[in-house]
Amino acid sequence: MIYLDNSATTKPFPEVVDSFVTVATKYFGNPSSLHELGMKAERLLTQAREQIAAALGVKPNEIIFTSGGTEANNFAIKGVALQYRHRGNHIITTAIEHPSVSEPCQQLEQLGFEVTYLPVNENGIVTVEEVKKALRDDTILVSIMHVNNEVGSIQPVEEIGALLARYPKTIFHVDRVQGISKVPLDMKKARIDLCTMSAHKFHGLRGAGILYVRQGIQLSPLLAGGGQEMQFRSGTENVPAIVAMAKALRMSLEKYDKQIDYLLEVKQAWFNELKTIPSIQINTPFADSAPHIINFSLNGIKPEVFVHELEKRDIFVSTTSACSSKKKTPSKTLLAMGADDKRAESGIRISLSFENTLEEIPTAIAAMKEAIEKLREVTR
Amino acid sequence: MKYDRILIRYGEMTTKGRNRNLFVRRLKDNVAEKLQAFPNIKIEYMRDRMYVLLNGEPHEPIIDKLKTVFGIHSFSLAMKCNNELNEIKETALAAVQQLAHEGKTFKVSARRVDKQFPYGSNELNHEIGAHILRNTDRLTVNVHEPDINVRVEVRKDGTYVTCRDIPGPGGLPVGTSGKAMLMLSGGIDSPVAGYLAMKRGLEIEAVHFFSPPFTSERAKQKVVDLVKKLTMYGGTIKLHIVPFTEVQQTIYKHVPNEYSLISTRRAMLKITDALRQRHRALAIVTGESLGQVASQTLESMFVINDVTTTPILRPLVSMDKTEIIAIAKKIDTHDISILPYEDCCTIFTPRSPKTKPKKEKVVHYESFVDLQPLIEKAVANTETMVIDENFAAEDGFEQLF
Repeated sequence: MIYLDNSATTKPFPEVVDSFVTVATKYFGNPSSLHELGMKAERLLTQAREQIAAALGVKPNEIIFTSGGTEANNFAIKGVALQYRHRGNHIITTAIEHPSVSEPCQQLEQLGFEVTYLPVNENGIVTVEEVKKALRDDTILVSIMHVNNEVGSIQPVEEIGALLARYPKTIFHVDRVQGISKVPLDMKKARIDLCTMSAHKFHGLRGAGILYVRQGIQLSPLLAGGGQEMQFRSGTENVPAIVAMAKALRMSLEKYDKQIDYLLEVKQAWFNELKTIPSIQINTPFADSAPHIINFSLNGIKPEVFVHELEKRDIFVSTTSACSSKKKTPSKTLLAMGADDKRAESGIRISLSFENTLEEIPTAIAAMKEAIEKLREVTR
Repeated sequence: MKYDRILIRYGEMTTKGRNRNLFVRRLKDNVAEKLQAFPNIKIEYMRDRMYVLLNGEPHEPIIDKLKTVFGIHSFSLAMKCNNELNEIKETALAAVQQLAHEGKTFKVSARRVDKQFPYGSNELNHEIGAHILRNTDRLTVNVHEPDINVRVEVRKDGTYVTCRDIPGPGGLPVGTSGKAMLMLSGGIDSPVAGYLAMKRGLEIEAVHFFSPPFTSERAKQKVVDLVKKLTMYGGTIKLHIVPFTEVQQTIYKHVPNEYSLISTRRAMLKITDALRQRHRALAIVTGESLGQVASQTLESMFVINDVTTTPILRPLVSMDKTEIIAIAKKIDTHDISILPYEDCCTIFTPRSPKTKPKKEKVVHYESFVDLQPLIEKAVANTETMVIDENFAAEDGFEQLF
């Protein structure tokens, strides 16, 4: 099997699954319970929080556990909007955000908030100037993703953070779901107020995510109830998945240190090989992109058919982002980058992890060439 | 050219006479323990200063660690070069260039400790200052209130250049003043008292009274977490957990309600004193602040203190609660202390404890019950934990992470 859909989800590390099983069976207590079982669960939760905070260079009380990236993004955006609506009702985001950012923004529009969707350049990158132009007195939130999930372009988060330092009333949210453990980002240096991460994108399990909430930022809770997570997010904590996430993050960051050069080599090799296929167009900018996402368009071939054709050979790729790949809509990122409909409708995404190798490239490329050949004949 | 060492200036211990070496060596040991995680560093020490040679280790985390070592007055990133004028000029320039210097002002303060060096300090100031001025943009001289003070010291073994002094925590190196037992409840005050005791060079061992099932495991965990915070300043710290239920229940049963609190405090002090003797400490540190609660009136202190002649140190005695809270926040113990678990001080609290207890009365009430065997038993069954910065109580948790 050649798995090239790591931006949809990653294969959990076996050690991570072991932790999950141990915690779920041995330390199943509710962290809020007074007795010993509860206390052990609480200690596991505390230790996970401390370890994750240390790995991210932030304080433990700035880490809020959520059910995943979608919840964290919803919480960040709606939480700010409701908490700070007396300050203003303008929100800035980009045209290429993940639906878990753009959809909440649209919900807020219906409630009377005003949202500016910033355009991106042909490389899929929003510029600091665009942000600056869009900022107003009543802007309460700027939400910009770190790494685009469809094409892998890296956004100038640090520069935008430096710009926003002069706007103390504007809160800066970064969706770092694709960036974590692949593209370094110093949260303090980038002056980020809120930051989203999700366990299953770095070999953890689904059901656990993180919202970093800088000390001093208030958010109106999405989930009200028993007051867990320092009153930010009620609901009994998913201790097994959270402990597993702490381990997955540690292991992924260690892999980054040891293997980032290799991953870059793999990315380079993929680019070189894809360039030898004449009928496709590469959409990912080589220079300003993450080491693990490569997007190309098939020009005329239906991408779903291509995915299934490769699947027959045990190779797994994705049409644009997995979450929206069941809908037959053109990729909004590719459209925003200026691609025509034909190009935007036939996007294929390869997404790597530190588990992928150079050796699998020739096999995969040969399969892709054959598939393209075969499908061209059919469509002709 | 890069900063290759950190220069450490000693605090009050420079006033010491013949035993100064003892202080310096202890400080060196404490610094070495603190910087264990950086295997390449080397520590050089002499009578009046210490150098941490970085040997390629990153300086930012080391600076953060040094801010918690008592006995350090201040420290600076430094560069060393040979006692040769051109080399000194280049080094000083490099030191300035590594800082954000544009639009700032500077001055040079040269000291010629090595009197054999052919240039006097004024000549050095001029030469170095002129060199820096010529080779930088938008940096001007201000000898009265400079933003950057380029300190150049020409010593026998070489010349040292530093630009920025970072204040250390002051105090005396932990361990140079001897050892004391800290009575640690889990509240806001006692960890602060422990911190201040260590600041004056005391090594501490913590004593906690544990009354299951009236106080929970969580209360004990809280104390472990507090001690862990204190190890940031004091290195490894022993925590003695005293099983106190029996003593407390017996007192509650036999001593009239308004005096039970005083009697309990006396028993605690007796036990702590026994532990002190066993572990060869010379004093007991408490977080008492005069007049704060019923057991901390002068009358109560007098009656409680009566059970021992061991010096009882009360670093917080004259502090207001707000001042104590400020320190607790600074040393990061506050948020742990305010967790709402019952501890030995909050259970069995009489509704109206005596604020002006009489010694004769306490002695009279206590004469009806023989606490001594229970106290001895508590001392004998005391459980001791050794806690350091990486302490994790639960076995089997490590492989989960």
